[in-house]
Amino acid sequence: MATIVEIRDLEVEATTDAGRRVEIIRKVGFTIEDDEIVALIGESGSGKSTIALTLMGYTRPGCRISGGSVTVGGKDMVRLSERERQAIRGTDVAYVPQSAAAAFNPASTIMDQVIEVTRIHGLMSDAEARIRAVELFRALSLPEPDTIGDRYPHQVSGGQLQRLSAAMALIGGPKLMIFDEPTTALDVTTQIEVLRAFKAVMKRGGMAGVYVSHDLAVVAQIADRIVVLKAGEIQEIGTTAAILERPQHPYTRELLAAFAPNRAVPATTEAAVHPHPLLELSGVIAGYGRVMSDGMPAVPVVRDVTLSLAAGRNLGIIGESGCGKSTLARVIAGIVPRARGHILFDGKELAADAGARSRDELRKLQIVFQSADTALNPMKSVDEILGRPITFYHGIGGAERQARVDRLLDMVHLPRSLRHRRATELSGGQKQRVNLARALAAEPRLILCDEITSALDTVVAAAIIDLLKELQRELGVSYLFISHDLNTVRAICDEVAVMYKGEKIEQAAPDQLGGPDSHPYSRLLYASVPKLDPTWLDSLDRDPELVKAFGGR
Amino acid sequence: MKARIPSLIAGRLLIALFTMVVVSFTVFAATAILPGDVVEILLGQAATPEAVAGLRTAMHLDEPALVRFGHWLAGLATGDLGTSYANHLPIAQLIGGRLVSSLKLAGLTALFSVPIALTLGITAAAMRGSIYDRTVSMLTIGVISVPEFMVATSAVLIFAVWLKWLPALSIARDVSTFGELLKIYAMPIMTLSFVISAQMIRMTRAAVIEALQSPYVEMAILKGASPARVVLRHALPNAIGPIVNAVALSLSYLLGGVIIVETIFNYPGIAKLMVDAVATRDLPLIQTCAMIFCLVYLLLTTTADILAILANPRLR
Repeated sequence: MATIVEIRDLEVEATTDAGRRVEIIRKVGFTIEDDEIVALIGESGSGKSTIALTLMGYTRPGCRISGGSVTVGGKDMVRLSERERQAIRGTDVAYVPQSAAAAFNPASTIMDQVIEVTRIHGLMSDAEARIRAVELFRALSLPEPDTIGDRYPHQVSGGQLQRLSAAMALIGGPKLMIFDEPTTALDVTTQIEVLRAFKAVMKRGGMAGVYVSHDLAVVAQIADRIVVLKAGEIQEIGTTAAILERPQHPYTRELLAAFAPNRAVPATTEAAVHPHPLLELSGVIAGYGRVMSDGMPAVPVVRDVTLSLAAGRNLGIIGESGCGKSTLARVIAGIVPRARGHILFDGKELAADAGARSRDELRKLQIVFQSADTALNPMKSVDEILGRPITFYHGIGGAERQARVDRLLDMVHLPRSLRHRRATELSGGQKQRVNLARALAAEPRLILCDEITSALDTVVAAAIIDLLKELQRELGVSYLFISHDLNTVRAICDEVAVMYKGEKIEQAAPDQLGGPDSHPYSRLLYASVPKLDPTWLDSLDRDPELVKAFGGR
Repeated sequence: MKARIPSLIAGRLLIALFTMVVVSFTVFAATAILPGDVVEILLGQAATPEAVAGLRTAMHLDEPALVRFGHWLAGLATGDLGTSYANHLPIAQLIGGRLVSSLKLAGLTALFSVPIALTLGITAAAMRGSIYDRTVSMLTIGVISVPEFMVATSAVLIFAVWLKWLPALSIARDVSTFGELLKIYAMPIMTLSFVISAQMIRMTRAAVIEALQSPYVEMAILKGASPARVVLRHALPNAIGPIVNAVALSLSYLLGGVIIVETIFNYPGIAKLMVDAVATRDLPLIQTCAMIFCLVYLLLTTTADILAILANPRLR
């Protein structure tokens, strides 16, 4: 065992658009042995990717290494010339990107890109490289290893591309592999296969690795040691077991706590005692594309969904990307008109198109979108964003409107001084709170929450969930909570509906979901959610039939 | 998947054809409402009303406009471009030589300016933010802002009047050597290149910069690719669509928009012919010239569209 990486007093600074210099990495130092995998964990903006990239002597445009040393295999990447760094990239140190879908060049075939490393560095002949690539495809358990390289990136799935990008990194025979959030963009059932493939090749190759992630459970499966980062500084370094079981630093404890959010407390509002259905869907069909002669959409996305939600209670809708869960929210909101079926709100039928609904119907049913960045008009101040629905739904202006905006900001725990800021001047968590307050301004009975915590860091997301619960206690609203994350849904919902390929396949209490009586797909989904236990991935025994039937990505 | 390319291309061609018909109607309508009367101009002020009426019947000008449009369109389709009102020569004969001259000038300008513009655009993008990039950007903006008659007259003043290197007029009559050809074409080509290169440089630079900011370019850098490889193998293939469109738009200007350059250098091109035709109310000639400009424009943009379709791997 020898030390392959030694980072000392690393400092990276970024130049902002205004020309100001900001230190984004401060005095970071750690080492990596030549056969271990070290995880860099932290929230967005903690500098984990920036540090990983310095191992290749690379900084993103606008950033530069301003101090310290990054020694990889005896060479200080900071002091090398650009030409010397080029020689090391792809051969000694290789990189697996976060989004393989974006990291593959759409204009050339996968094989060309996988073996490009050998061409750049003149490592072997094209014929040899092709043979080696096919071996790697096989080792990474890719389907059709002999021919998959002839395809273009858009012709294979996200999970496969992620493994292909690992093949692209491995072909140069690196001593150090950098994984930059390689499974974040994948569905849970796909993530497992990718993680397993990564773990197997790393073990076999005896390489050192750096694994960048925000997800402690994923990191627990693959890393030997964990470096916890916050705002460009190291908070804690320790073995995986030590970090998970005996976290020393308060921030590490916070991360662990956010991972296991509080369970839903059954709502005890007036309405919950005498439940009557607030929202009922029966046989709803909707989709996109041309409308066929029988009135059905050319591309059906929601197929025959029937569900009901009692007043004062919460219903979660989970499923993987493309299962139609977001479209369902849009159908209920009337943004995507349904082709068939009925939607009853408070016992009254809602028009398919939001334009045909009365103002009061619109007021009672609000939607909060996933990305506050795109949902909030960047040119408007918080005051205008919140004031508009108040005037629109309640016809209130002047001082009363001011007072209501203040009250809304109090409700979502934002300081009143923020009211004159623009949406772009707020942090991600603050924006999502404004986004929520905008829906609350209408004083709705039901809020459709479409993946509202997905773009947020775990700690911030947990705070938003707590806020939703608090608002429910105070205002008695119901939520239809859409998410791909089982843990989040569980934290807030009384019941969970599982969607698969546009159909609702099951609706059950969160505790029963994934149990022996549950639908096979729910069981697979449930079993695929990573646990903090480091032995989880290795001991996980998924029914191969189930994986074949439902995990086909 | 495979059948999509032919159907997309067929679609483009159909759209081009349809545009052609719409434009022909517009051209005909526009020339029909031009002020002034051909017959009165031809016969002069002393014409008797009977003579005017007679000539009008002889030229089919008394028929309804739609019928005349039909005749004209049918003529165009069969290659009969009509006869000039002004000197009674067949239009085809009038245009023939002029079109060849114009195409020659346009072709030489394209040959000269496209490679230079693309090289400047790509290198500026690759060295974004450098002194070189800023110099190129400033010069292109400068060139865009200077009107072409200014460039052309300055060129005549400098190269023909002061330095006496080049002839002020570009009449390609007695060209026997390559050197003479260069001398004659140098100034018009230089002026036209100034006008059309700026747009191509800027569009190329923007398209390549956009491609350079993509994650697959970062991935290529992290694979150890050299800057030249990154730009040529990874960024450029994905920037081709916008680049060919910019080139096509710029080149389409070379046929219809060169009247100032043709006038200043007294170059016998088709744009000059058209302006002369307007002066003599020679409707058939105007219409045909307009249709030729439209045809070239459509040819270029449709070619660019088809190239962009072929360059898109998602359609392969």
